Amino acid sequence: MADSKSVILQIKRQANPREKSHWEEFELPYKPGMNVISCLMDIAANPVTRDGKATTPITYDSNCLEEVCGSCAMLINRRAHMACSALVDRLEQPIRLEPLSKFPVVRDLAVDRQVLFENLKAVKAWVPIDGTYDLGPGPRMTSEQQEAAYPLSRCISCCCCMEVCPQFNEKTGFVGAAVLSQVRLFNTHPTGAALKRERLAALMGDGGIQECGYAQNCVEICPKDIPLTRSISEVAGAVMHHAISDLFRT
Amino acid sequence: MASNPRIIVVGGGLAGLSAVIKLAEMGGTVDLFSIVPVKRSHSVCAQGGINAAKNLKGEGDSTWQHFDDTIYGGDFLANQPPVKAMCEAAPAIIDLLDRMGVPFNRTPEGLLDFRRFGGTLYHRTAFAGATTGQQLLYALDEQVRRYEAEGKVNKYEHWEFLSAVLDGNGICRGICAMDLRSMEVRPFPADAVIVATGGIGAIFGKSTNSVVCTGSAQSALYQQGCYYANGEFIQVHPTSIPGEDKLRLMSESARGEGGRVWVPKQSGDARDPKSIPENERWYFLEDWYPKYGNLVPRDVATRAIFKVVYEYHLGIDGKPMVYLDLTHIDRKILDRKLEGILEIYEKFVGDDPRDTPMKIFPGMHYTMGGLWVDFKQATSIPGIFAAGECEYQYHGANRLGANSLVSCIFGGFVAGPAAIEYASNQSAATSNRHFEAEQKHQEENNARLMKSEGSENPFRLWRELGELMTKNCTVIRYDASLKETDGKLCEMLERFRRINLSDRSQWANTSVVFARQLYNMLQLSRVIAQGAALRSESRGAHYKPDFPERDDKNWLKTTKASFAPDADEPRFEFEPVDVSLIPPRARKY
Ligand SMILES: Cc1cc2nc3c(=O)[nH]c(=O)nc-3n(C[C@H](O)[C@H](O)[C@H](O)COP(=O)(O)OP(=O)(O)OC[C@H]3O[C@@H](n4cnc5c(N)ncnc54)[C@H](O)[C@@H]3O)c2cc1C
Ligand code: SF4
Ligand code: SF4
Ligand code: FES
Repeated sequence: MADSKSVILQIKRQANPREKSHWEEFELPYKPGMNVISCLMDIAANPVTRDGKATTPITYDSNCLEEVCGSCAMLINRRAHMACSALVDRLEQPIRLEPLSKFPVVRDLAVDRQVLFENLKAVKAWVPIDGTYDLGPGPRMTSEQQEAAYPLSRCISCCCCMEVCPQFNEKTGFVGAAVLSQVRLFNTHPTGAALKRERLAALMGDGGIQECGYAQNCVEICPKDIPLTRSISEVAGAVMHHAISDLFRT
Repeated sequence: MASNPRIIVVGGGLAGLSAVIKLAEMGGTVDLFSIVPVKRSHSVCAQGGINAAKNLKGEGDSTWQHFDDTIYGGDFLANQPPVKAMCEAAPAIIDLLDRMGVPFNRTPEGLLDFRRFGGTLYHRTAFAGATTGQQLLYALDEQVRRYEAEGKVNKYEHWEFLSAVLDGNGICRGICAMDLRSMEVRPFPADAVIVATGGIGAIFGKSTNSVVCTGSAQSALYQQGCYYANGEFIQVHPTSIPGEDKLRLMSESARGEGGRVWVPKQSGDARDPKSIPENERWYFLEDWYPKYGNLVPRDVATRAIFKVVYEYHLGIDGKPMVYLDLTHIDRKILDRKLEGILEIYEKFVGDDPRDTPMKIFPGMHYTMGGLWVDFKQATSIPGIFAAGECEYQYHGANRLGANSLVSCIFGGFVAGPAAIEYASNQSAATSNRHFEAEQKHQEENNARLMKSEGSENPFRLWRELGELMTKNCTVIRYDASLKETDGKLCEMLERFRRINLSDRSQWANTSVVFARQLYNMLQLSRVIAQGAALRSESRGAHYKPDFPERDDKNWLKTTKASFAPDADEPRFEFEPVDVSLIPPRARKY
């Protein structure tokens, strides 16, 4: 593919959430080092379809262009992927672009992923500090603790793990792997652990941890290689433990 | 005024979120506006770390030394008292971030680890792997989410600030913003406004910045009467990875951990870099700057690379590129301390920098200039404060690596309380009609763009702008080409009137949004180009071969640009720099 002189893209377009979708095809001059976002930029600079019809630039989300802001997740050749790190040289053509399928479409390739942020609120994904005044350093931590926390803390909220999860849908209301992994992160932080019970309680019942069928699609797709199945099983264990101890408490 | 002031914060990067946290903690109600969900702000890109003189390595580091390095690195152009205050506050800021749960790297004893960065001889940079900005932003984002859950913060994400609402006395009473989905333009009242809208990289087309760093908000405020200061000081980072869509940064931390910059001594040497023996390599930074070596400040390293490539013609394969080599460092150390950035190189270039030297070249990275603010972060329009990269206060003529994150957080921490104090002494506006007027004005702007029947594509015009600015307003500057640049900018503003939006729909229309930003970029570009033309000296990042020396007698001054609406162009005045604490001395690394 690397030496072909043009790049063909098929893009699923949808003018707004109520409109029906349709496909458009584009042909762009090939340049070395292209990625899907640079293709979308080229289309914006010359919004004409392959058969010569004038059209509108594609609406999509992006910001960092180095796979750290989590904006640009979409389906690329049917696979959830960050568009900025999807190099044209490594993609089969025609390159097929669609919006993530599990989230409401805003327009074209842009979807609404607010649900993740709401779920992070629901599980209190933060360290409850007393205030911003000077209280000296935080709790001492070993390198091992830091090396366990850091990978979890690299989640970019892209929602790819939710897109590919068979259990993530309206029926189950499942929170998804990213949120479970954040619960693990904050429950293992010495100060964050203060809210552990509340977090686990939020994960009991419908939409909680019980929905996960351990299909492991999530861990395979995660662009940041976050150890999601490990997080899920640890949180599942903690929820179980919490449920049992609650039983004895009452 | 109200016991519970209502404050608008525009921008949710490190600076904006720091301000929000202070405001919420002090009992204010905050409306937070951001183009992207705040967790996706550009601050996530920061890689290397954050400076604070904690002196945990037995080196005798001190906040005064940090202060001195910052002032000296900035070639004495920064007002000194606020920089001193920032350096003194930095250690407690690190402690706070540590308490918020930032997974900073640790020493064997479990204390915070520090690495070296450019422009200092001390280990002063705290870091979380090589994604420090991401980790800091997340920590602040989490605290803000907590306040959001408590009802103290309302987020308006996917909303863009368009303009301030000023009353008949020129006092800011709120803002006008646009919903980027419904395209609705709406005025929002507030007792004070804090602007924290970040950098301006998009003006240079390709840069290390994120897509939304257009400087559009700063430019809009400048056109409404805010001073814009030191616009001509643009930092070009010595080590970025050239790309089709952006210049991805290769952080200074790569050199902080021992990375070495070199080129083959033989021009056009096409051998595999690893097969080139040591004595046939030229480590030119180590050669020219034995004391600081690869860790000279950015402006110095960038000019050195330009010299090697364009004067000595020693770029790799004759191309504008030099090697940044990590292959002599233990893989385990690289993974533990630099994984995030090595991953970027691997993902986007395809080579493993643990095995192969990286090919890098300087790229536009940061603006030292920005909205003029006083020592309390107040801009020249009453009621508008600014913090973070969008203002000019802390970095003088050249920013030191890892000093931006600390200046963002410190600036936010100053702006928040200052805005509350301002709001509590301010009397209510006498009428509401300014809101309607501003809304109508902005709606008309949109309508005009939608109707415009010309032939200019805004995205193509933007690419031209980027090429023009990169060529003439970055590393090496000549008066003739700066003047020519300003002429071209005027032409582009003229062409802007003939813009044609290929998209005229009223829903999530990115073309109209971008066109608005482009107009503001063009106006701000003139401030940069003209400011650079006026400054007849070389200082920090501003380098003119025709005036190669720093000239304190005439130019130890802050440039202040103001917009003249009738002439539709900037006017300039100059303000003395406060050098009351450290007398200026020659800058020699
Ligand atoms: C690749 C890279 C690496 C870096 N590494 C380091 C480092 O290691 N150490 C260091 O100290 N510095 C580093 N820097 C510099 C530092 O990252 C930035 O200066 C800093 O993050 C800027 O933060 P900010 O809060 O001012 O703005 P940003 O983080 O850019 O946030 C701006 C906010 O404003 C919003 N916004 C912008 N315009 C509008 C508008 N019109 N309406 C509504 N919202 C708007 C955006 O949505 C965003 O939320 C690096 C910079 C780059 C480019
Ligand atoms: S393991 Fe399967 S079911 Fe569970 S979160 Fe991952 S993808 Fe979903
Ligand atoms: S866990 Fe991975 S896939 Fe899921 S949101 Fe986070 S980064 Fe994305
Ligand atoms: S644009 Fe930030 S992850 Fe792709």
